[in-house]
Amino acid sequence: MRVAGKAIDSESREGDTVPRVRASGIVKSFGSREALRGVSFQAGAGELVAVIGPNGAGKTTLLSILAGIASPDEGTVDSPNGEVGWVPQQAGLYRRLTVEENLLLFARLEGHGDPRASTEEMLELSGLGESRGEIVARLSGGNQQRINVAIGLLSRPAVLLLDEPSVGLDPRQRSRLWEFVSGLAGGGTTVIFSTHDIQEAERYGGRLLVLADGDSLFDGSPEELREAVRREAPEAADRDFETAFVAYLHHRGH
Amino acid sequence: MGGGKWGNRFTGMRWLLLKDLQILRRSPLQAVLLVAYPILIAVLVGFAISRGPEKPRVAFLNEVPEAARINVGGQQLPSANVKGRICRRVECVFVSGRGEAEGKVKSGDVLAALVLPADLVNKINSLSTLSPGVPEVEVIVNEENAVKAELVDDRITTMLAQANLAIARRIGAEGGRYLKLLIDGGDFHVLGQTVHILGLRTSAQILEALGPALPPSLRPSLKEVSEFAAQARDNLDVAQPLIDRLAQPIEVDKVVVGGDSPPLEIFAIAVAATLTLAFVVVLLVAGSLALEREENAFPRLTRGLVSTGGLLGEKILLGVAVGLVVTLLMLAGLQIFVPLEWGRIGLWLAAILISGAALGAAGAALGAAAREVRAVSLLAFMVTLPVAFLSLVPSGAVGTAVFDAIRIVTALFPFKPALQAITSALDSAGPGIGGPLLHLAILFVVYTAIARLALRRFAAV
Repeated sequence: MRVAGKAIDSESREGDTVPRVRASGIVKSFGSREALRGVSFQAGAGELVAVIGPNGAGKTTLLSILAGIASPDEGTVDSPNGEVGWVPQQAGLYRRLTVEENLLLFARLEGHGDPRASTEEMLELSGLGESRGEIVARLSGGNQQRINVAIGLLSRPAVLLLDEPSVGLDPRQRSRLWEFVSGLAGGGTTVIFSTHDIQEAERYGGRLLVLADGDSLFDGSPEELREAVRREAPEAADRDFETAFVAYLHHRGH
Repeated sequence: MGGGKWGNRFTGMRWLLLKDLQILRRSPLQAVLLVAYPILIAVLVGFAISRGPEKPRVAFLNEVPEAARINVGGQQLPSANVKGRICRRVECVFVSGRGEAEGKVKSGDVLAALVLPADLVNKINSLSTLSPGVPEVEVIVNEENAVKAELVDDRITTMLAQANLAIARRIGAEGGRYLKLLIDGGDFHVLGQTVHILGLRTSAQILEALGPALPPSLRPSLKEVSEFAAQARDNLDVAQPLIDRLAQPIEVDKVVVGGDSPPLEIFAIAVAATLTLAFVVVLLVAGSLALEREENAFPRLTRGLVSTGGLLGEKILLGVAVGLVVTLLMLAGLQIFVPLEWGRIGLWLAAILISGAALGAAGAALGAAAREVRAVSLLAFMVTLPVAFLSLVPSGAVGTAVFDAIRIVTALFPFKPALQAITSALDSAGPGIGGPLLHLAILFVVYTAIARLALRRFAAV
């Protein structure tokens, strides 16, 4: 990665105990507003980490810093050099190019030895082979998002960051997306994604990082969050996960 | 290692350039405009500079009897051919009456009507009498449009000044003939009679010859008369040029003290080429840069795939490449109307490339500042068009303070130095090319720096 901090040796991806991404004491402000207030966390190979929280919690800011789009005011980020894939919330695509031309362009820009082979691989992986000649602007939002994800995966990154990847997708497309992402994590890729959909976070996130007003409130598994709710807001412990989560935030003053 | 870094940078720029050209090709309207615009400008400018100004159509009613002539001293002058002189300067539409003349002016068929009344020559002839009249011609105009009215006034005033000059010269010439007769003597025809005029020269000779025959007491008086005749002859000799000068006492002696100017048609071509280059480059660079943000591709690209400097370089390169092709296409089109010095193509290329780079850098600064394609397009027009007009204001056309302000404004944008560079490149009679190219190079550096600064907040949410 290009932002602050030292790079972790990419050889460490095979070891579960060695964190692949580590953020320490991240602080970021926009003017007088503090978007992140000393957030720290780490993720290892094959982990699927969901970053959740209300609007303005700092989710996108955290992912942008991990992706190297923004720089932290304080704190450090350690990640494998050049092996962080990023899928922005709004698809970063050229809508007047075809699906294939978009993938080929980014494969060339990333300096792939055989950009056509990489493009073919991503077309197959994303299931967009039949739409390869379609102008992106004519595709559905869901298919545009699939290309967006495919571009993020072109470099076969050790760490994949997805900012609200399922927004605008119908349930079937959503299911296909998570099946695909889960497969990547199963193959050893560290996946960190943000979402507003708490059910989605519970279902696919192996770990949850809860942010609110720039503070890190919780870092653990969905089951551990349930336990935390049971302790701190017992009246909501047996409700659905979203209601329980809202009660937890309320109890924490957010 | 450095070579590899630069190699990667240029490889990235190459793929981005290819992508932008693909996008351009996918926008038929943009592509057609880029080709059609220079061709249209070339054809318009070509016709304008090759046909020259059209003669205004003027209805002409001549009520003066054909036989009427201007008299000087009882002698008729030959025709001054006022009609011929007027109809060389305007397209005369001969009419048979005032009603027809007024109708043609009202309908807009002619710009104005000029009526020479029947008594015009009589009134001119009365000028040399004890009761002079005022010779008048009548002009009928339709002042529905202020610009048109001013044009008519200017044309008519010029035409009448020329007619007056022609008549004055004719009278002067006739006066000169009488003076010659007075000095040298000869025959003078009046009222069907021929009168012999002795002339001052002969008179003086006769008087001198009479001297010895006169008594000595009368000789001094005869000598005085003889000397007067000689003085009158010598002084009246210089009266002819004086009479000639009275017709046109002031002549224009044009002295060029600065500003090597090329022929007007070359300047017109340079203006057309610079306008085309400016609009194509500024709009393309600004728009394509803003498009990177609108497509949300900017953060993805600048995450290590391309540096912001590389991205700016690619956009400027795109603008320069397309601008060069379009401008050369336009110049090739103008070649049909005006021969251009293709031997100077090296200078053309230098001027177009450096002008394009400076205009591209300005476009990049606008694109990075405005960030949205629609806003960028509007801003590019709002900046380029007035600056282009201001760049064409000559010194002396406005007050000193206003011109100083215009000079500062036009020096801050690359249009004027680009116009100077392209004018110099097109014709050897133009000003030097070095100064404008240096000016453009400085503006390129400044605008690139501004664009880089503006790009820092480009991806901000």
